Amino acid sequence: MTPTSTARWPGLLRHVVLFAGALLFLFPFYYMLIGSLQAEPDTSVAGAFPTSGLTLDNYRDINSRVDLLGSLINSGVFTGGVILGTVVFGVLAGYALARLRFRGRGTLFALVLLVQVIPFQLLLIPLYVLIVRGYGLADSYLGMILPFAINTTAVFVFRQFFLQLPDELFAAARIDGAGELRVLWSVALPLVRPALLTAVLLTFIGPWNEFLWPFLITKQADMQPLAVSLANYISNVAARAANPYGAVLAGACVLAAPAVGLFVAFQRHFISTDIGSGVKG
Amino acid sequence: MSTAHTAAAPAPGAAARSPRPAGRGRMAAVLGRHPVGMVLAAPYAVFIAVVFAYPLGFAIWMSFHDYFFAAPGAVVDRPFVGLDNYRAVLADPAVRQSFGNIGIFLVINVPLTTVLALLLAIALNRVVHARTFLRVAFYVPYVTASVAVVGVWLFLFNAGGLVNSVLGPLAPDPSWLVNAGLAMPVIAVFVVWKQLGFFILLYLAALQNVPKELYESASVDGAGWWRRFRSVTVPAVRPATALVVILATITGANLFTEPYLLTGGGGPNGASASPVLVMYQRGIQQGQPDVAAAIGVLLVIGVLLISLVNRRLIERD
Repeated sequence: MTPTSTARWPGLLRHVVLFAGALLFLFPFYYMLIGSLQAEPDTSVAGAFPTSGLTLDNYRDINSRVDLLGSLINSGVFTGGVILGTVVFGVLAGYALARLRFRGRGTLFALVLLVQVIPFQLLLIPLYVLIVRGYGLADSYLGMILPFAINTTAVFVFRQFFLQLPDELFAAARIDGAGELRVLWSVALPLVRPALLTAVLLTFIGPWNEFLWPFLITKQADMQPLAVSLANYISNVAARAANPYGAVLAGACVLAAPAVGLFVAFQRHFISTDIGSGVKG
Repeated sequence: MSTAHTAAAPAPGAAARSPRPAGRGRMAAVLGRHPVGMVLAAPYAVFIAVVFAYPLGFAIWMSFHDYFFAAPGAVVDRPFVGLDNYRAVLADPAVRQSFGNIGIFLVINVPLTTVLALLLAIALNRVVHARTFLRVAFYVPYVTASVAVVGVWLFLFNAGGLVNSVLGPLAPDPSWLVNAGLAMPVIAVFVVWKQLGFFILLYLAALQNVPKELYESASVDGAGWWRRFRSVTVPAVRPATALVVILATITGANLFTEPYLLTGGGGPNGASASPVLVMYQRGIQQGQPDVAAAIGVLLVIGVLLISLVNRRLIERD
């Protein structure tokens, strides 16, 4: 756009509107942090910008009611299991769908598309019946991980990335007598390494933030991921605590921090339009 | 589109193929040229079968039978009951109310999400200063757990919260989350805020594909901002709009965490209960998985119908 006088004002206006929107979007996060550090909740406007009296008591309080470390470990195992399953089996499936011709490939790819539009909630009751009642996997990591074990969106993204690699590369490797696994491991994977990171980050936020499924299948407090134990605290215990919001917000900060931290550290990988084009097909 | 691209490209390994023995050619005709692909894709195929296909069939089967929880290993009779579960569901006032609630939710959430995501994506696409900061700000609610941000919304919107102290005498009474008329709209706005970053991302990807020449020729023809937006941008991102509307509808129909936590289990008096929340109450708390499965099937049929109608409308426009 040329910097004529007609173009400059909309440009300035655009920045003003975007900054105002961005601050509005970020404010709840700022308020979460401030609220978690205040000894007494101060809901006046001035209370949102305190100058003194900040304390870590709320973190001690939530830690005495919810086993923060144990819950974080449960969240970590749940998320790690999903990432491992997605990276190992998702990459294999994505590679096969993109570069190999075999019977049933078209059907499988149609399923990849279909799975993405089936709401998980329709499967909720049968999965609960099968996994909890049928296989007896309530209160276990395996039961938590199973429905999410291979992230279909990630399979789709992997396929897109493998499709973008030049054909000659694969032809050359195959002429040299390399088997398919060797081609995948030594030729294709090194070239899609940045994409792999994108897919891992994308997969991370699913199970780390997931509430409904682990909530259904974990009744023992020592097996619950942080999202579940914090939610139970919000719905059951909070009303009886001295500074309920302070403790809730402290727990919320602990739950939000890893996802937000990873996102900010690797924001370039989210912001690349790869995810958009991957989902879009 | 990508599939067509691969099919048209010269076959991988074509050069090495000619001296192949006849036996392998016959195998290739049955199993495809790279049968090893079946092995590599097998774990995912099994996963789909176990976690999606079988439960999907099971849900539909369950909704037509008298299904109840029994001790593991016990052999019990689960007779076919036809449409009984569906009749029970449709006669249940709580279920009807929850479908009405989700209708209110979708009417507020989907248009707001689509319009805001498109406008913000267009603005972000052109912005030169503080690009990263702005994008991070709009994406960050999307990557954060609902449970965490629900905590701070509870704090903001409770009767004595910051929102009401800013509004002063204008604060609604009863307050936001315990007001039957306002609980669902607050949840709808919460979800717009939470999900917007993802939809902005989809629109940003779509905007990369709009040819710059179209804007230039529109400008030469003297088209103003609104005209360019209506005649160039909106038609060019139409496929993305269809996707955004469908995904926002599916996300909305899956609503559970927000009414469960933000309004204390769909309150006040079920005014913010969602179908999935009622599914949870009927199926798991009250031990009627057959009724819950019927709610699920009806919900999915509803989502499919809305998606089809939307698609027609968006593509016809």
